[in-house]
Amino acid sequence: MPTIELKNISNFVCRDISVTISNGELLVLLGPTGAGKTTLLNIICGLAPYEGSILFDGEPTDTIPISRRKIGYLFQDLALFPHLDVRRNIIYGLSTKKWGRNQIEARLDEMCTLLNIGHLLGRYPKDLSGGERQRVALARSLAPAPRVLLLDEPLNSLDIKTRKYLRIEFKRIVKELGLTTIFVTHDFKEAEEIGDRLAVIESGRLEQVATPQEIFFSPNGYKVADFLGSPNIFDCRGYEVLGNGLVKANCGGFTIVAVWDKENLSKIAISPEDIYVSRDEPPGPRINRFRGTIVEEISHNSVITITIKTKTKDILAKIRKEDFLAENLSVGRDVFFILPLRNLKGA
Amino acid sequence: MNQLTKITRQWEILPVAIFLALWEVVARLNLVPGQFFFPPFSVVIEEFGHLIANGVLVDNFLSSLIRVLIGFFTGSLAGVTLGVVMGWNETTNKALHPIFSLLYPIPALGWLPILMLWFGIGELLPITIIFICSFFPVLYNTITGIRAVPKGFIRAAEILGASRMEILKTVLLPLALPNIFTGLRLEAGMAWRVIIAAEMVAIPTGIGALLMRAESLIRVDIIIVCLIVLSVMCLSFEKFFIFMERRLTGKWR
Repeated sequence: MPTIELKNISNFVCRDISVTISNGELLVLLGPTGAGKTTLLNIICGLAPYEGSILFDGEPTDTIPISRRKIGYLFQDLALFPHLDVRRNIIYGLSTKKWGRNQIEARLDEMCTLLNIGHLLGRYPKDLSGGERQRVALARSLAPAPRVLLLDEPLNSLDIKTRKYLRIEFKRIVKELGLTTIFVTHDFKEAEEIGDRLAVIESGRLEQVATPQEIFFSPNGYKVADFLGSPNIFDCRGYEVLGNGLVKANCGGFTIVAVWDKENLSKIAISPEDIYVSRDEPPGPRINRFRGTIVEEISHNSVITITIKTKTKDILAKIRKEDFLAENLSVGRDVFFILPLRNLKGA
Repeated sequence: MNQLTKITRQWEILPVAIFLALWEVVARLNLVPGQFFFPPFSVVIEEFGHLIANGVLVDNFLSSLIRVLIGFFTGSLAGVTLGVVMGWNETTNKALHPIFSLLYPIPALGWLPILMLWFGIGELLPITIIFICSFFPVLYNTITGIRAVPKGFIRAAEILGASRMEILKTVLLPLALPNIFTGLRLEAGMAWRVIIAAEMVAIPTGIGALLMRAESLIRVDIIIVCLIVLSVMCLSFEKFFIFMERRLTGKWR
């Protein structure tokens, strides 16, 4: 599978994008709606005009027609042909490439085994569940043995449980096949779970390309930090191993218990929406429970972002408006907040 | 057929049976003044038998049928072909759309006087009228159908290696079928209505011409026979296209 190099790619949306995606790497293109994620995928497969150069294994592909770029593309709306049954959808790309009947049947079998969709072959897309449609669409993209796989927010329309299951499945399949893959999403949690590296795109510009951990703990500029939801980051000075994969870290006045089974814990982070806030002292042991005073509240639709001042650090928390009102919270009020163990990230 | 469907069908026949019985009774009891103008249903059926037996109905029916089939088939074929080209190719659409949008509003029968002068009274005249009647609606429905195919399907086919011709054959045409069938279904009935009108005005043979002759002979029973044939044919053509549409697109829609 090829290494993909994008060199100074620009068009009506994208601006001077350069990035190299290694052979077999799963790069997640992460950014808000309208950032240029889909446009960049369309550029790579030749569906959108651009300036600059795209190289597969060092060979320019700019003049190669779409049909010969050997790219598998899973569209956001999947674009399964409604008038063809699952079988004919999957083999569509093989028929157009004039594969022999035996080759087609063998490849179809492979896809059915890989994605566990053998029982769906006679059905039409309208008769499939959301998850089944995703798997069939992936099978159709993979069947012609592409060199590169582009996945454009393929899990958007699914419920949380199916999304989680399918992203693990997608990662397994992509890694099993060793495909160079670009996966587009606007969800950081999805991105960090699936990606080897993340590329954060904002207003058509690549803001940062790094591992999920690097991006979360060291966002390159306010745009990336803002997109990630401005996580609370605690610098840690030493920690004590408690056993069972837990550590107790001293982080600038906060003693935080976190899950950590690696060496050298230097930072702990938590997203504002993961913090629990209450007016009364929460029950249970006083672990990861702290006190502070609300000094600012910013309302945004149904969510209120509050700044909680503590002795050593200001903490950002996001809570639902109805919870904010139910707890009778307001600026100047003392509150308790909890940093849930499972939502803490270490670095 | 399950029991419920059977019962529903039986109930659908009932109003027709009541209507025919009422017709028979009202006509037999001379409840409508002027018996000549309102023959009983049984007399109409009897005349229907006579007209078939002496070949008058069959000859005239076949004349109309052949005209409708040739005109409708060629008109629809031209409409679908040109509709695909105009829907798929923007340049062709821009070139032809202004001309067709000027011609489309003219009712098919409006062409009759000029076509009579150009072609004279002959088979070409009704066939051309039916051609015009079928061509425009099928053309515009095909253009709409082709254009309504989401771009995502075309992109998916392109990425999967399909050529333009393959995209047309395997994606555009099948997905445009529901729209094409809407045009065909509407025009199938309309073709019969128009042929009758054309035959009544200008052609000496066909169901329309038979209607006019029956009118001049004050043969209401023959007029009603002709109207029944017309009704059945309009309905049959429309049902045929509904059946074909269901057969070709029912599985995936």
